[in-house]
Amino acid sequence: MRALIRRHARGFAPRAADPAPSRLAYRMQRLALTPSVRRGFTLGAPIFAVAMILTATFADPDRRAAVVAWVGEAKSQILRREEFMVRAVAVDGASAGLARTIRAQLPFELPLSSFEIDLDAVRDKLAKLEAVARVDLRVRSGGVLQIDVTERVPVLVWRTAEGLALLDGEGHRAGGIEARTLRPDLPLVAGRGADARVAEALALYAAARPLQGAIRGLLREGERRWTLVLDGGQKILLPETDPVPALERVIATDEAEDLMARDVVLVDMRNARRMTVRLAEDSARDLRKIKLLELGDD
Amino acid sequence: MRDLYQSQRAMRAIRQTAMQRGVIAVLDIGTSKIACLVLRFDGPESIDKAEGISPMAGESAFRVIGAATTRSRGMRFGEIDTMNETERAIRTVVQAAQKMAQVRVDHVIATISGGEPRSYGLAGEIELDGEAVDEQDVARCLASCEVPDLGPGREVLHAQPVNFALDHRTGMNDPRGQVGQALSCDMHLLSVDSRVVENLMHCVKRCDLELAGIASSAYVAGKASLVEDEQELGAACIDMGGGTTSLSIFWRKHMIYADSVALGGDQVTSDISKGLQVPLAVAERLKTLHGGVVATSRDDRDMIELGGESGDWERDRRTVSRAELIGIMRPRVEEILEDVRVRLDAAGFDALPSRAIVLTGGGSSIPGLDRLAPRILGQQVRTSRPIRVAGLPERATGAAFAATVGLCLFAANPQDEFWDFEVPVDRGSARSLRMAVRWFKDNW
Repeated sequence: MRALIRRHARGFAPRAADPAPSRLAYRMQRLALTPSVRRGFTLGAPIFAVAMILTATFADPDRRAAVVAWVGEAKSQILRREEFMVRAVAVDGASAGLARTIRAQLPFELPLSSFEIDLDAVRDKLAKLEAVARVDLRVRSGGVLQIDVTERVPVLVWRTAEGLALLDGEGHRAGGIEARTLRPDLPLVAGRGADARVAEALALYAAARPLQGAIRGLLREGERRWTLVLDGGQKILLPETDPVPALERVIATDEAEDLMARDVVLVDMRNARRMTVRLAEDSARDLRKIKLLELGDD
Repeated sequence: MRDLYQSQRAMRAIRQTAMQRGVIAVLDIGTSKIACLVLRFDGPESIDKAEGISPMAGESAFRVIGAATTRSRGMRFGEIDTMNETERAIRTVVQAAQKMAQVRVDHVIATISGGEPRSYGLAGEIELDGEAVDEQDVARCLASCEVPDLGPGREVLHAQPVNFALDHRTGMNDPRGQVGQALSCDMHLLSVDSRVVENLMHCVKRCDLELAGIASSAYVAGKASLVEDEQELGAACIDMGGGTTSLSIFWRKHMIYADSVALGGDQVTSDISKGLQVPLAVAERLKTLHGGVVATSRDDRDMIELGGESGDWERDRRTVSRAELIGIMRPRVEEILEDVRVRLDAAGFDALPSRAIVLTGGGSSIPGLDRLAPRILGQQVRTSRPIRVAGLPERATGAAFAATVGLCLFAANPQDEFWDFEVPVDRGSARSLRMAVRWFKDNW
């Protein structure tokens, strides 16, 4: 019977399956190997699945709120760590009064996390102070907020209708003062537009050093030209352009002729090539009488 | 010839797209096996321009990234006999190769081994107007070749210019840019049965693939098996396949003759099957494991168990000596080689300076063939394996894969065929438009 069994197994058993793929299987494999489909499966489908899961999770407002709260809690825990806390403020480079002002201006209460200090905003705020030229802020190790200040150095006192102010070398206000006598060391300017020509004013003061004791101040007239006012109401009117050489001429004349010691009310240099001098009225009349006497009537 | 010109041009255009996409498959549909390789092209930059390769061909470096083989089904004598079966076999092999390559292929280049290839030598000559030869002149010269009557139902498979002669100078590969009075060319034309080509096209199309080229298996086997010197000096490549034995003659690196004999390993197998009364599968196994063509005295004592598979397992325990098996195989192999000899003589192979003969294909691995073949074919016979190409798996490097490997080379650096040249201006249908375009090109 053995032969029969073998024969049965060999001869009548169903033939081995066709090794060829069916047309459908062949097409499906080709489809799966198409680059766009492959990318869709390896990249697109996972992204889609993750997006669906996230959408389903956050569709519920309670769950969303819980996640937001959890994130906020974790964030504040990190922010509140001791390592990030700022506990002191150090102000360098400022006078005592300015430092007090700066401390008063800081818009927060210490201690505070360094993440919650908006250094840029604070710096902008401090930079708006009149006496401050430049300010740098950083959080130093050890929880110290370091403020490095460069103060404006006043070089002029400026008298305006509103009151007295200090000007630095660039014409910026460097604070106000109550009375001229508080800063007798600084020269005085007056008139509108004087702050725009600080450098010129300083040059004029430097040129007028021989008259130093007698100077009351520089007056800006009509935002146009300078007038140097001396004690006793004497005035030197300077031209719009190149006032310094004109002033030097007046001073040279003064040194040679002792001009200002005479009864001169006004020296007019508005035309720089021709110096015009006005005498006081009485002196002029006397001078005229003397001339008449010398020359005779008519 | 215009119809074919268009279809071959269309195939060439498909091949260019495939090159740009970077992936193409080659499909060697033989009578005993179907092999498919998936090639990845790395672009033309990565190879240096060798002498003799025309820049028109668009050659490219490549790498084999997928390979698969399957038993052929529905094929007889290198022609498709049962299309459904062949289609299934192609699907099997393409799917396996695609799976290995992990990439989808849309374009295939296929071989034709059957279809009674016939070779023709064509000659054409034109007068030149004394200026440098340009592409238009080459095209006119090629077009001036007189096409022989191919007979009904025949189609041109290859039409390769093999030689250009300018005045008295001959043997040029590329006459462009040279000055002369008369340009003549020789062209080798290979025609096959058009039904075979149509069946193949249809079969490939049914597998959702696009045919990007067809090549004669004799030609591609020669490209893979002959070394460069042999191609230059003159050699014949004999591809001993399952259903057909195809032969091609190369000279000066061009194929000048191709033919095929409708005899092959399958006939040897069927002889064994008839002679020993065993099934074909057993006969095939006996042939590949124990076969040979030269008997020695030891072979008389070398008994082979047949395992007849007749169902009577207990009683059917026949044995046969190896000498008997050789005695069955040898006359058939001799017959094949003699047929090849006749074809070679008819082609005037004796006139070539070097008469090297290279045996390749699955049949060439019969033991003893290197002693039998010189008696019939002449002294300069060697058996060969195809050249190595990058990425080819070890199991596909044997002599049986000569045509497959040659097809890779054909895909990567194809020979210029007649249809690769420009349409001569006076023959083109859109002549005036072409003239206008040319005028614009010249003037701007």
